[in-house]
Amino acid sequence: MMRFPATRLALMLILFMVPAGLLADALTGQTEQQATNWPAISMFAIFVAATLWITRRAAQRVHSASDFYTAGGGISGFQNGLAIAGDYMSAASFLGISAQIFASGYDGLIYSTGFLVGWPIILFLLAERLRNLGRYTFADVASFRFAQAPVRVFAAISTLAVVIFYLIAQMVGAGQLIKLLFGLDYVYAVVIVGVLMTCYVLFGGMIATTWVQIIKAVLLLGCATFMAIAVLASFGFSPEAMFARAVEVKAGLAADGGASPEDAASAGLSIMGPGGFIKDPISAISFGLALMFGTAGLPHILMRFFTVPDAKEARKSVLWATGWIGYFYILTFVIGFGAITMVASDSSFLAADGSLRGGSNMAAIHLASAIGGDFFLGFVSAVAFATILAVVAGLTLSGASAVSHDIYASIVKSGKADPVGELKVSRRTVPVLAALAIILGIAFEKQNVAFMVSLAFSIAASGNFPVLLMSVFWRGCTTRGVVAGGAIGVSTAVLLTILSPAIWESVMGNASAPFPYSSPTLFSMPLAFLTIWLVSLFDRSGRAAVDKSGYDAQRFRAETGIGATGASAH
Amino acid sequence: MVDLDQAGAEGAPAAKPVPELARDERYARLVQRRSRFAWSLTAVMLAIYFGYILLIAFRRDILARPIGEGVTTLGIPVGLGVILSGIVLTAIYVIRANRVYDPELDSLRKEHGL
Repeated sequence: MMRFPATRLALMLILFMVPAGLLADALTGQTEQQATNWPAISMFAIFVAATLWITRRAAQRVHSASDFYTAGGGISGFQNGLAIAGDYMSAASFLGISAQIFASGYDGLIYSTGFLVGWPIILFLLAERLRNLGRYTFADVASFRFAQAPVRVFAAISTLAVVIFYLIAQMVGAGQLIKLLFGLDYVYAVVIVGVLMTCYVLFGGMIATTWVQIIKAVLLLGCATFMAIAVLASFGFSPEAMFARAVEVKAGLAADGGASPEDAASAGLSIMGPGGFIKDPISAISFGLALMFGTAGLPHILMRFFTVPDAKEARKSVLWATGWIGYFYILTFVIGFGAITMVASDSSFLAADGSLRGGSNMAAIHLASAIGGDFFLGFVSAVAFATILAVVAGLTLSGASAVSHDIYASIVKSGKADPVGELKVSRRTVPVLAALAIILGIAFEKQNVAFMVSLAFSIAASGNFPVLLMSVFWRGCTTRGVVAGGAIGVSTAVLLTILSPAIWESVMGNASAPFPYSSPTLFSMPLAFLTIWLVSLFDRSGRAAVDKSGYDAQRFRAETGIGATGASAH
Repeated sequence: MVDLDQAGAEGAPAAKPVPELARDERYARLVQRRSRFAWSLTAVMLAIYFGYILLIAFRRDILARPIGEGVTTLGIPVGLGVILSGIVLTAIYVIRANRVYDPELDSLRKEHGL
């Protein structure tokens, strides 16, 4: 393994770059191009050089399909925990959530809790069983005792759908952000992201992707820690003092806007409790379900559990990941409130109409400048770019493995593909996915893509999650059941999202949307479970008998790991 | 390296014989205890999170209530508490699995020569 030099390198990066910032993925809205930001570009260049060097080292070690998909299963629980955190903490989490807190205070915390609580569920129900049953993709697990072709076709389609929607959101976010932070053209920014992610994944496979994610996680956590401490320090480490000042600033802004003193005071206090983010109970619950169970169905996240040697390391990686991610969300909460106190009250960060310069997602970026000046601003910008790269690399690898492992090796070659051929297909898929991501990223430049991340979570929660859970835990589950249920879940999620206000009104410009809620998951997920149950129950085919008879062996391996795919291919 | 045949990649995994360990009563009890523990923690996490979401949906005034003299509301510790509870539950599971379930399973495996 290249563990030692890479660890040293990661440490060096921390020392040199100290605090890192982040970006969000799903930035939306138009941004204005800024002057070329040389400090940010040079720091980003250092990051790129370091990660490309790692990729080169990794490339010498990618010999087999197992190296390519799962780093040969040689990642430790701690490393994998950091990499999961790096895969999951997207620019949307950092810029998006801190912007949400900047705008409406408490509501941003509701998002954060939803993004976190899926992790314990993954640990309790899936992580160890995934490691014990699977090898490269979650479809290995979902199709363990079932007819391979139909289940894998479903899993591959659903994986590609999640990956593409997530990728588009990332690409558009990256383009907008880089245009803004680096002063580069949107198209250049999207192409740079696409080319770099191709390099990482194509040459370095999972080894390079893992290290890019680890370095990014360390930079992002370091950067956010620095910002949160700086904010708290300016209030003598009293959260109450910080909140009080934020309330005062918001009340002052409301009064400036012509509100009566009472209205201004209540507008100030409104940031301390839940506000208008959750419009109705149905949307609140549905959105909560999507975040919680979608996390447990994201293919690029599930894939990370195959990079560790055994179930015990899989378990540890979730604990590390949950710890880092939870810590990070607490930091963003402080950063968001810090931005209210330092950015909202400072006219140098505001446009003439009182809105944030550069767009609403810039709160954390302006805060970086308020705390550490241009240098730190450049650093945070570079970390933001790195964040996007780490996330898109993980997505691309997951999409490529669905094509090569689930479709090519298991279906086209009926499980008899030679590993060299499978690896070749994987590698050919990577540039295709990257080209698709670049084209779609450019095509969606002016679209509101906010719904795409939430759609990806809904698909994962309504398709992958029910299929995995039922196939692992229910003896009576059959091939027909999971395929029908998964297909119904995914298509219902997509259909209802199209009929929801986010697409029907905001994108298509129609009048009131037929489906009034913001997330389909409350309907599509139970429908998927119900379909799996009913179809399996009435499945009298010969295949159903085989499916059920395979349960004991599957259960035994899931619980004990005996017979699981070896840790290392070497 | 184990082949994919274990994963049933060839199609129908006909009722494979499971090792004798699978029929050991102590193994059955261990798996049952472990899975009851995991599902209980799942239930606790669901209750905490959806309790929080339902509070936001129906009784947000409770979360907006200040605690003490200042502006800090009940919602702040509750929201951060949801995040911390996720981390704590995860830690509880990992500690118990490492200290209790793994050693028990290992000794059963040894006994059966697996």
